[in-house]
Amino acid sequence: MMGVINMAHGEFIMCGAYVTVGLVHGGLPLPLAQLCGVIAAGLVGVLVEMTIVRRFYKRPLDSLLATWGLSLVVTQGMLILVGSSLAGIGTPEGSFKVGEYSFSTYRLVLFGGAIAALAVIYFIFMRTRFGVHARATMQNPQMAQALGVKVGRVYAISFGIGAALAGFCGALYAPTMTLIPTMGATFIVESFVTVVVGGANVLLGTAPAGALLAIIRTSLNAWEGQIIGQIGMLIAVILIIRILPEGVSGFLTRRQR
Amino acid sequence: MKFRRSLLAFASALSVTALIGAAPASAASIKIGLLEDISGDLALLGKPKLNGSQLAVEEINKAGGIMGRQIELIHLDPQGDNARYQEFARRLVNKDKVDVLIGGITSASREAIRPIMNRTDTLYIYTNQYEGGVCDAGMISNGAVPEQQFSTMIPFMVEKFGKKVYVIAADYNFGQISAEWNRKIVKDLGGTVVGEEFIPLGVSQFAQTIQNIQKAKPDWILTINVGAAQDSFFEQAAAAKLNLPMGSSIKVMLGFEHKRFAPPALNKMHAVANWFEEIDTPEAEAFKKRWHAKFPNEMYINDMGYNAYTAVYQYKMLVEAAKSTKLADIRKVIATGKACVEAPEGQVCIDPKSQHTSHRMRLIAVDEKHAVKVLKDYGVIQPYWLSEIGCDLTKKNDKKQYTPTDLPKK
Repeated sequence: MMGVINMAHGEFIMCGAYVTVGLVHGGLPLPLAQLCGVIAAGLVGVLVEMTIVRRFYKRPLDSLLATWGLSLVVTQGMLILVGSSLAGIGTPEGSFKVGEYSFSTYRLVLFGGAIAALAVIYFIFMRTRFGVHARATMQNPQMAQALGVKVGRVYAISFGIGAALAGFCGALYAPTMTLIPTMGATFIVESFVTVVVGGANVLLGTAPAGALLAIIRTSLNAWEGQIIGQIGMLIAVILIIRILPEGVSGFLTRRQR
Repeated sequence: MKFRRSLLAFASALSVTALIGAAPASAASIKIGLLEDISGDLALLGKPKLNGSQLAVEEINKAGGIMGRQIELIHLDPQGDNARYQEFARRLVNKDKVDVLIGGITSASREAIRPIMNRTDTLYIYTNQYEGGVCDAGMISNGAVPEQQFSTMIPFMVEKFGKKVYVIAADYNFGQISAEWNRKIVKDLGGTVVGEEFIPLGVSQFAQTIQNIQKAKPDWILTINVGAAQDSFFEQAAAAKLNLPMGSSIKVMLGFEHKRFAPPALNKMHAVANWFEEIDTPEAEAFKKRWHAKFPNEMYINDMGYNAYTAVYQYKMLVEAAKSTKLADIRKVIATGKACVEAPEGQVCIDPKSQHTSHRMRLIAVDEKHAVKVLKDYGVIQPYWLSEIGCDLTKKNDKKQYTPTDLPKK
């Protein structure tokens, strides 16, 4: 909607995770460190918008190349600066049992975190003044500007929110993953297909698409293991796009009419 | 992703390849071509390999080089991309005219460059432990192989923990063939493989895999997952209190997961290794001291780095005994069966029939505080499997990789 494709999104995930882990090693409690990770990613996001992304609005292909270049510079830079891996911090203690299976309690935190993120985003974009400005800007930037909306600032803050959300993802996953400069890339395939399947409307499309693909993948993982899970998910994506070219949100909005 | 990949290939074609550690060339120098990943998903493992090679080259050059000739090390970084391994191997052999090529991390990268090396007269040394079976006169393998690792560890695990094993393995030739070895050995011992899951490289989420394991109720898990992303399994399994004994041919001594993850993620991990940094013989201590003096920031000296170090000394010994860098002359030295060097682990020798290396193997276990203990010392184990199934490089060059279900035709 902003007319940019951000290939460096995985690096914001890495940023959130690295800041979190770095601060925990420095003695900060995990939730506080995670908050700092989110803020750091958001601030870096605003900075990247003001210096690089701003010049590429409505030029999706150029923006793709520029952000992807940025992604390469950042991953390689981190490799040189902080080395090939950061020591892990361990997942917070606690597990619970369901029948014969045992789960980490932290998995529930991840689950809750995802729901909370959706709720916050919904609130920001549907219930605040900034949300109205942002939606107006996405729909018609010239008209919004004519009505006194500071379009540039809306873009910067929206991009910053996007980066902060990626940082939130990294901060939440940091205790459960190997910390390497390319860790963001492991999320990219899934997020990319989720966005494509979701279609234009984030709340109506991306969230149900994420849930749908996760259910498909997890049940196939349970049935025949990870390979079938990955293959099955990608086949499902192809089928969904073939049947619903406008994605899940296109389908849902048409039903509403 | 496809798009991203093709972009990646395009960008790499544009980028200037890095030349690291190249000493000033002189006509008399011996050139070693080195292909190790120091960026990408396996950078963590490639860096100690590069360091090991650099340390050995520095020591040998200081002591007068090989037959009075200095070594020039030409390192290129293939970044974990097999196509780049091939491109760089061709470049090192054709353009730089190296005398020997060393390196490669994954078995996929080794198999990518082996056919290229086969068309040349340049020796190739592969310095990783691997799934075994390569019968190729142009290649020396100096890492441990399944008869040194699986044939020792699996019987131990079956006896100590039980006959039911679950396998999680990386989905490429190394994981697939290692799983095949496990199937054969477990079956011979009367055990069962209650589950086998192959994981695509780069996968980092294991919630469902952990449930699959809990459902199958194994006595222990064989973990031959590869790469930093897949290593997230340990953290996630520990958080879910899976708490099962684990065995592996690549964990601890190779990936130093016990140093990278907070305890007790690697609790009850077992492995059989020719090298791990916790070895405390005087030779090993001296080697570790030299290494850490040169690379004070190294987190752990892994077996790959150690093998990479030893490989340069093995090459020195071969060239000096052959008085030549030609492959045919070097192979005459190997054929004598006396191609041995004194390495930090003890004496290692190259087997003439398979051109694989003998190693002193020890079984190690990690406890809940991530301390490493040696449970068993197997002494020196020869790489016997290839010659047993009929590979004899002194008579015939098969240029093939065999597996327990793909044996040479009699």
